[in-house]
Amino acid sequence: MNNTPLSDFVVIPLILILAILLIFPLLVGYIVYVERKVLAFIQSRLGPMRVGPWGLLQPIADAVKLLTKEDIAPRTADVFIFKIAPIILLVVGLTAMAFLPMGEGFTAFGYDVSLSIVDVNVGVLALLAVMSLSTYSIVLGGWASNSKYPLLGGLRSAAQMVSYEVALAFTVLATLMIAGTLSLSGIIEAQRQSGLWYVFVQPVGFVLFIIAMVAETNRLPFDLPEAESELVAGYFTEYSGFRWSFFMLGEYAAMVVMSGLLVTLYLGGWMRPFPNVELLGFLDLIPGFTWFVLKVGFFIYFFIWIRGTYPRYRYDQLMGLGWKVFIPLAIANLFATGLALLIIDSVAG
Amino acid sequence: MLKTRDMELNMGPQHPSTHGVLRLVLTLDGETIVDCKPVIGYLHRGTEKLCETRNYYKNVPFTDRTDYLAAPNNNLGYVETVEKIGGYEVSERALYVRTAICELSRIASHLIWLGTHALDIGAQTMLMWTIREREVILDFFEAALGDRLTTTAFRPGGLRRDLPDGWVKAVLGFCKTFPDRVDEYEALLTKNRIWIDRTVGVGVISAEDAIDMGLSGPLLRASGVPYDIRKVMPYAAYDKVDFEIATSNDCDSYARYEVRLKEMRESVKIVEQCLERLPEGPISGKVPRMLKIEAGAEAYHVIESPRGELGYYIIADGSDTPYKCKIRAPSFVNLQAITQMVKGLLVADVVTVIGSIDIVLGDVDR
Repeated sequence: MNNTPLSDFVVIPLILILAILLIFPLLVGYIVYVERKVLAFIQSRLGPMRVGPWGLLQPIADAVKLLTKEDIAPRTADVFIFKIAPIILLVVGLTAMAFLPMGEGFTAFGYDVSLSIVDVNVGVLALLAVMSLSTYSIVLGGWASNSKYPLLGGLRSAAQMVSYEVALAFTVLATLMIAGTLSLSGIIEAQRQSGLWYVFVQPVGFVLFIIAMVAETNRLPFDLPEAESELVAGYFTEYSGFRWSFFMLGEYAAMVVMSGLLVTLYLGGWMRPFPNVELLGFLDLIPGFTWFVLKVGFFIYFFIWIRGTYPRYRYDQLMGLGWKVFIPLAIANLFATGLALLIIDSVAG
Repeated sequence: MLKTRDMELNMGPQHPSTHGVLRLVLTLDGETIVDCKPVIGYLHRGTEKLCETRNYYKNVPFTDRTDYLAAPNNNLGYVETVEKIGGYEVSERALYVRTAICELSRIASHLIWLGTHALDIGAQTMLMWTIREREVILDFFEAALGDRLTTTAFRPGGLRRDLPDGWVKAVLGFCKTFPDRVDEYEALLTKNRIWIDRTVGVGVISAEDAIDMGLSGPLLRASGVPYDIRKVMPYAAYDKVDFEIATSNDCDSYARYEVRLKEMRESVKIVEQCLERLPEGPISGKVPRMLKIEAGAEAYHVIESPRGELGYYIIADGSDTPYKCKIRAPSFVNLQAITQMVKGLLVADVVTVIGSIDIVLGDVDR
């Protein structure tokens, strides 16, 4: 191997970052396409059909439309903050993606390439910390618009994200205790060694995580910050054109990242199912990246599915649910996990 | 203590879920509603005044455009009032056809209500599903009446034209399948935890208050008052068919949801009965080509529109045009309950309440 510090820390990450930056907007375009199609099928419609075969070029048409629109800031808005708010959201989403281990390492041109761009030993913490920053974008965007609906949307969002982050953190903590590491690739490795996905060890945590994840990414039934029937479009009411599309990109980035985190924490990450069963060894032929995409894809489908079938919670109900149900449950789950670990340890001696 | 100040929020007239051009001036403390003032008139077209300028036949299309989601019911209200003051006889067949078409229109109207109400609460799929069934009903209207939305369905004395061949069979086929569709809607909403959380206890109005304000229709029946003009003062062929009045005692948005779903099922029964017993005969009674009603004749006649008590008060002056045509619009009267219903609730509940009152702004403003 001819890896050097230069290649490990500069060249390879740069290439991967570039790849994400180039591929991701397109990917989001097609997630939106899939969302529209799936929703359409749930609602007995066809969805986009006009641009290209089965409407396959629709995302590109949308992107062109959004990018060529005039960049408008309301006269009363705080223009500087108004303009940077969507950028924060997008940057946060893309940064968080860098922490996700998306597949096993491989060798290209004699260099070892790891598919997680930065594999820090406090990956979970770093990822959650970065994701928390997205609240700023929404609050600032809502505030700087200097308009009433966005303001309400921004306030709701701040309250919602803060409360659900607490539940989320407690839930994740229980998993970390079992894995004994904060590193995301470490958690995957721990699941391989125990031969068990953590969803079977932490079923309550898994469910809590899913719900908190939906709330954290502001999707139905928890999409209160942008509740279109009450707040018009919530915090991005005043946005249009590519700044609006940044909010969309950010939202979908958050969906991908949270699904990725879920898959990593509970479903063995990029590992194939039953990584220790020799009989299923032929599954190794499929690269880990594919498994990762499949698992994440399922949860993105899950997001859409929920959106197609559920009404929206009310703000106070959402907060009540967060503080009175999820946080106590997450803490109880944490205690139970700790207790179980203690007992297992003392029995094993 | 930090000094706080109430915020005034203009909801509408351009807002995705005020169902048209309703404007609500909300006074908010945080997200809690302190006061709510509905401002109407954005869709005022002077229908009542216009009715004084056209002859009795030509006024029917105006009534299409008041409550545009249930045009046949409006046509019926006007036409029956004219028949009442003029003393015109209506053919037996027309009575049954009118009843069937009005009930189909009630179903179509309730379908739009269900879809938009659910959409306001965030369940988007419902709208697409209900539009699917409404489309079938509109096709029936198109076949029988020549138009889908502004039907101008009836004329004094009877119908404009007879039902096309095969229409009765097609509608009866629809009546067979439709209850299953309602089951489908219920599967998505009735026991849905979020739906229940969002609608139970929201927009409560007691039976007493409801009567005091003159509320009518599903709104009144959901407050436990079994008042349905189809039963109380039967018109058209309602005294010849068998159906139940849907009521509920819970007085909230969920109760109104239950009442309207039940009404849809009952309407299907009425349509079936009407079409099965449809008598042969002329489509219209003997009515002069030009209606001239003697001066001083006046009548107030009410029917049960999907939204409630729809009344027409017509005064004749001996010419071929009415001297005065006053419309008692159910949406207009029902809308006044909103202030009392939303006080103390949250912004999100306002759209629930607007949805559950089921207003049509064309009906409110006229």
